[in-house]
Amino acid sequence: MAKVVAVTGNEAVANALRQVEPDVCAAYPITPQTDLMQRFSAFVSDGKVKTELILVESEHSAMSACVGAAAGGGRVVTATSSQGLALMWEILFIAAGMHLPIIMPVVNRALSAPLNIHGDHSDAMGARDSGWIQLWSENAQEAYDNTIQAFRIGEAPEVRLPVMVCMDGFIISHSIERVEYLEDEEVKKFVGEYRPVNPLLDVEHPVSYGPLILPDLYMEYKRLQHEIIWNRVKPVVLQVAEEFYKLSGRRYGLFEAYRLDDAEIAMVILNSAAGTAKDVVDDMRNRGIRAGLLKPRLFRPFPYEEVSQALRHLKAVAVLDRADSFGAYGPLFTEIASSLYPYKDRPVLINKIYGLGGRDFMPEDAEKVFLELQDIATTGKVKSIKQYITVRE
Amino acid sequence: MATEKPLNLKELSKKEVLLAPGHRMCSGCGAPIVVKMVLLASDYPVVVSNATGCLEVSTCISEYTSWKVPWIHNAFENAAATLSGVETMYRALKKQGKIDKEIKFIAFGGDGGTYDIGLQSLSGAMERWHDMLYICYDNGAYMNTGIQRSSATPKGADTTTCPAGDVIPGKLQKRKDITRIMAAHGIPYVAQASPSHWLDLMKKVRKAHEIKGPKFINIIAPCNRGWRSQTDDAILLSRLAVETCYWPLYEIEDGYKVTLNYKPKEKKPVEEFFKPQGRFKHLFSKENEQLLKEIQQDIDREWERLLRESGQ
Repeated sequence: MAKVVAVTGNEAVANALRQVEPDVCAAYPITPQTDLMQRFSAFVSDGKVKTELILVESEHSAMSACVGAAAGGGRVVTATSSQGLALMWEILFIAAGMHLPIIMPVVNRALSAPLNIHGDHSDAMGARDSGWIQLWSENAQEAYDNTIQAFRIGEAPEVRLPVMVCMDGFIISHSIERVEYLEDEEVKKFVGEYRPVNPLLDVEHPVSYGPLILPDLYMEYKRLQHEIIWNRVKPVVLQVAEEFYKLSGRRYGLFEAYRLDDAEIAMVILNSAAGTAKDVVDDMRNRGIRAGLLKPRLFRPFPYEEVSQALRHLKAVAVLDRADSFGAYGPLFTEIASSLYPYKDRPVLINKIYGLGGRDFMPEDAEKVFLELQDIATTGKVKSIKQYITVRE
Repeated sequence: MATEKPLNLKELSKKEVLLAPGHRMCSGCGAPIVVKMVLLASDYPVVVSNATGCLEVSTCISEYTSWKVPWIHNAFENAAATLSGVETMYRALKKQGKIDKEIKFIAFGGDGGTYDIGLQSLSGAMERWHDMLYICYDNGAYMNTGIQRSSATPKGADTTTCPAGDVIPGKLQKRKDITRIMAAHGIPYVAQASPSHWLDLMKKVRKAHEIKGPKFINIIAPCNRGWRSQTDDAILLSRLAVETCYWPLYEIEDGYKVTLNYKPKEKKPVEEFFKPQGRFKHLFSKENEQLLKEIQQDIDREWERLLRESGQ
């Protein structure tokens, strides 16, 4: 029986972690993740979970301890934001390279300098090549649902990879929304017992983790790592989503396609701003403009083929990035462009950088983008491919 | 408690050496000697964490491993944090009844991975009171990457990044006193040991295993490549380090109880430790007389302090 509550994103994710009851959690405080870990720590102190907490002295050590704990042979979580994720960067690659299914909510926040604690996607985008699976969440409900599904995805025997669950700092982490919780037993049953593979703590069968590997084998190892995330994750994500739908009634896919089938123009946008933009899509439709929206959920591995099939028929598409790659197009834009490039008939693409460092993204901002797209669809003319919006001139 | 066999050569020779031969450490290296002694001293099953460094790159090269015990290498600066994760998972699974064995946790790091880049991770793990033993094998420089200066490099030593040149006579600064820094954490057991005094070293490992909480042992591990010494001099040099009081053998319990484990009959001048090592060759020239004197004074001062604190 689902329970309807009014909670923040952080609270919802902390509750998901309580329901899963991982064996070990290692974490370090950073805004806006703090509130999530404080809530989880209270569950530990109150004996609500069996989890052992490691309150480390840095995020680097948090991820290092997670690697050790996961290699030990149990279920492991952490959570972070921004500079914390940046500090973990070295060990992210090691966690993925060792195929350790660590689950990490990432409360997305801007990167310094200048210092900014508010929401954007620079942190997780900076970690996109680390070998982690990335799930992105529009709101508290999706963050909660994705967190629960992440355990099943990452721990699937054919996958065994770490998973980041992204949600927007403050906009989602600190805003109160309506969320439906599953029952504790339902979540426990859904994620199941953890199945250790080659646990370090099995002293009867000693294993060595983290060898040196030379040029004669390194590439084969890396190709295998790519093939696992490239070929095996998508079917598992869809299978888990199907089971989750049966349990919760909430449907998930590789991405959300909103009024896209008969659209002529569309926006591709991640996380919370997609909610605002969907409202504007409805508004456009009421005005007779055939607008649609695609909101990626699985960003790594990136579902190029499926995304291209969803977007190919459009006349013009704006890809909105809440992160920048200085001196290049935004990270989401390059993925969308790559997915459409193989097709002769493809929409015109533009890239908008918005919302950095927590800058608001308002309905009128989305509206302007749709109107520009409509103009491009009519004239075929693009003024500039990449442009900052919601910015002072 | 495990059935403790007496620490004598007859009993030890019957035990399996848990670091298999065939690894690629240099001939005459002190580090594998130290590792073998540490593992031989333990009667418990152990899990090992290893910082990046000579020991790590030479003992587990895919698809071979010398480690007959569970072993994990994560990165350079995080052997302690990594092991704190393993140890915590052990407690979690033991609490749930999924593990019943008594397991001991040992981290091995070189001086670079301990004194320098790994200091924060080590300090954090000690403060969190994880039940683990951290062993630093101290060869006094970044030997794996080619003998670069570390904060463990002794004053006056020639390294590739502080070479003894025409105007700078090698490293100008003193070594960081990591053993006392660890003691300042107030942890139950901190010690210094040397492979030349193998019985003392192994007793310290055994003692550490019987104490709950964080333990740290700093062990000198001569490196003939970096020290510019003979390949068969590792034990001789570590003995001279002890006899000159350059590397005193002592313990500090609970942050304050100091015990001196060995007092040389006759304290030798530091020159005797330095002379067989090419890295100190330049110190014996006329213009570096003063520097050598300062080094001796530093050693004397620390030795006097140890005598005083241990009530000798």
